[in-house]
Amino acid sequence: MEILGLLTDGIFVSLQPINIMLILVGVTLGLFIGAMPGLGSVNGVAILLPITFLVPPGSAIIFLAAIYYGAMYGGAISSITLGIPGASTAVATTFDGRPLALKGRASLALVTAAVASFIGGSVANVLFTIFAPLLAKVALIFGPPEIFALMLLAFATFVGLGGDDLPKTILSICLGLVFAAVGFDEISGAPRLVFFDISGFLHGINFLVLAIGVYGIGEMIWTIESTRGEITTTEAKMSVKGIVSDAKEGMRRGWKGTAIGSFLGFFVGILPAAGATPGSLMSYGVSKMISKNPKEFGQGHPGGVAAPEAANNSASTGAMLPMLTLGIPGSPTTAILLGGMVIWGLTPGPRLFTDQPEFVWGLIGSFYISNVFALIVNLSFIPLFIWMLRMPFTVLAPLIFILSVVGGYAATQDMHDVWLMLIFGFGAYFLRKLDYPLAPAVLAIVLGPIAEPTLRQSLLLSSGDATIFLTRPIAGPITVIAIILILLPAFKMLKDRMKGPKSNPAG
Amino acid sequence: MNLTKRTFGKLAAATAFASMLASSVAAFEPNKPIDFVIMAGAGGGADQIARFLQSVAEKKDLTTRPLVPNNKGGGSGAEALIALNNASDKDHTILVTLNSFFTTPLRQENLGIDIQTFTPVAMMGVDPFVLWVHKDSGITTFEQWLDEVKKGDYIMGGTGKGQEDSLVITYLEQNFDLKIKYIPYSGGGAVAKDLAGKQIMATVNNPSETKGFYQNGDVVPLLAFSDERMPAFPDVPTIKEKGKDFSYYNQRAVVGAPGMSDDAAKYYQDLFKTIYETEEWQAYMESESLSPLWMDPEQQKAYWKTQVENHKKLLAEMGE
Repeated sequence: MEILGLLTDGIFVSLQPINIMLILVGVTLGLFIGAMPGLGSVNGVAILLPITFLVPPGSAIIFLAAIYYGAMYGGAISSITLGIPGASTAVATTFDGRPLALKGRASLALVTAAVASFIGGSVANVLFTIFAPLLAKVALIFGPPEIFALMLLAFATFVGLGGDDLPKTILSICLGLVFAAVGFDEISGAPRLVFFDISGFLHGINFLVLAIGVYGIGEMIWTIESTRGEITTTEAKMSVKGIVSDAKEGMRRGWKGTAIGSFLGFFVGILPAAGATPGSLMSYGVSKMISKNPKEFGQGHPGGVAAPEAANNSASTGAMLPMLTLGIPGSPTTAILLGGMVIWGLTPGPRLFTDQPEFVWGLIGSFYISNVFALIVNLSFIPLFIWMLRMPFTVLAPLIFILSVVGGYAATQDMHDVWLMLIFGFGAYFLRKLDYPLAPAVLAIVLGPIAEPTLRQSLLLSSGDATIFLTRPIAGPITVIAIILILLPAFKMLKDRMKGPKSNPAG
Repeated sequence: MNLTKRTFGKLAAATAFASMLASSVAAFEPNKPIDFVIMAGAGGGADQIARFLQSVAEKKDLTTRPLVPNNKGGGSGAEALIALNNASDKDHTILVTLNSFFTTPLRQENLGIDIQTFTPVAMMGVDPFVLWVHKDSGITTFEQWLDEVKKGDYIMGGTGKGQEDSLVITYLEQNFDLKIKYIPYSGGGAVAKDLAGKQIMATVNNPSETKGFYQNGDVVPLLAFSDERMPAFPDVPTIKEKGKDFSYYNQRAVVGAPGMSDDAAKYYQDLFKTIYETEEWQAYMESESLSPLWMDPEQQKAYWKTQVENHKKLLAEMGE
């Protein structure tokens, strides 16, 4: 019950007028930063960090955390309305959010995203409050072999889905892995795959460049071709009643995704190597896998919006945990927050909870408040975003193009990446014509940079013995599940063949 | 304590004011935002320092145009060096460096980077390396550690091969006749975490990277690679006391683009001297265990020469 008292104190701290104001401003700013393609919570927090020197440290981090939170909500907006991922954390949201918008159900997608985000955030806050010190130990137990096993599991959820064409899925994953390998080999410390010695490849292929290319540009060309530009994506009018009924429908069909996203997202978020982007992609994969109708995913299933949105909010809270308790950032954004804390003279690490309880609990309290505010602010802006969608696609398409170019540039501030993004856009369009699934490539470019070093570190640890993934107490079971999932489609095929002659003896 | 701090603050403010006056009559003033290139990705040690420097400049309103951090960590800093070498506006491009400033041009000769053409700005301090083990290992002295490593199968972690940590560990291997299995990581934070989680047995982290775990008593410092005992770890012997003429630091320095005008160079040199003397930076150096090593531009150039020679030798020993 001691925790409850501390938490109440924390909530009171964040309810002070200055903090309430900062939360409101932060959440709103974050929402728009997140909604701008290319700008995510990382940029938002980095840009606004200097402003925080005007207020005391406790209020400063509350402000930055509110931006972080708002951006997680906001990322979904452009993913759904324009099909351009607003931030890396919202890429998985485009998979089903965009098809829903094209069907004229943008309001359903946006409301589902908002509600799922709220639930994900709430679950994460409760888990954080109760288990923070304990979970910090879990993060420490996860060494390279455990993290690799988890990455294997993530890939398995995409391979073992059965819905898509298997060889094409594998090829798509391989393509993503190659792109992920471009730039720099962390282990040997040497550059690699720097095509034509172009220095832009030295920083590797930024994941957002691929995602915006594929979903922004590629999608735009596809939509223009298939509809000749003669569509308006939505006609729905928004009302309070509409929001309530959308929320009901979204949760009825997306509650499983929300639940998976909330818990899986949090867990992936607390692992220092991972963060919210892998968390949301994995949650999408798992939700699709356990769904009764996996084929509906990718066509506009509310569960496909709810899972990644619940996950990215949950993971963003989760990522705070290793930052605060271990002094190790779980995501790029928390890395900047960590820098901020050092600037304010606080030392994140195992002693922070005992040395600075008012700070820690004030921050945790602000998570609860930010989450509520973000939901309200987000819901109240939905009519505005819907209104945007009532423009004919011939007007919307140039807008998407411009936003994609800006987004491609904003990520690294390098024209090189804008060209690359356009190439990816056209490439994606042709691959889509040939019926290749592209989500696995996007997943691979996110997980590749985590999977590759952990694989090599593990094999260095074991002197090349691959059984390290099976013999460690935590890595073992995860690896076994992953392998079973990967082999599942093969078993199915085998079973179908065995059945085949029996059910049709004449043939 | 409070009084001295306040006096010092006043002093710092006075110097800041004086140099502001000085700079207002100087020939150069930035007329657009300053490209503040960081030789590392967001969140690492070098990035933290750069953002701290920016925050001090911002807080004290030291520049007429802002310093805009620009992370270019690609290719072990190669990307940042190229950006500086090809900077379109040489008077508005500066770089926060670490030791890859020396090693990357040596290891990637095809880049065609000659660091001697760069413009020295300021040496903000040096970050010493320290040998750490987990407290559960029971090891408390360097000698015990040597015995333990000689039993074989010893695993250490550090940053990428050819980077600072691996150079220090290779030095230990060769000069104490050890055999160590080296696991490379993406950054010092990940290394510190995996020592605390006992995935690896020892590290040579900078103190700032493992500060939280040290304060909590999870990790134990055994040996400092500094020239003299560090004020934060008065009981930890230096490698010099163990009879080796060796020390190793990560430099936290600011340099300007090659071909920067003398007036601009003077402006940035004054700016970072002002930042260096602020109470904030002095407190930061103390809390993050950085050692002061102020140098004027001539001394910096000379320092670069000796560092390049030293790193050549270290890399050769590694077989790079």
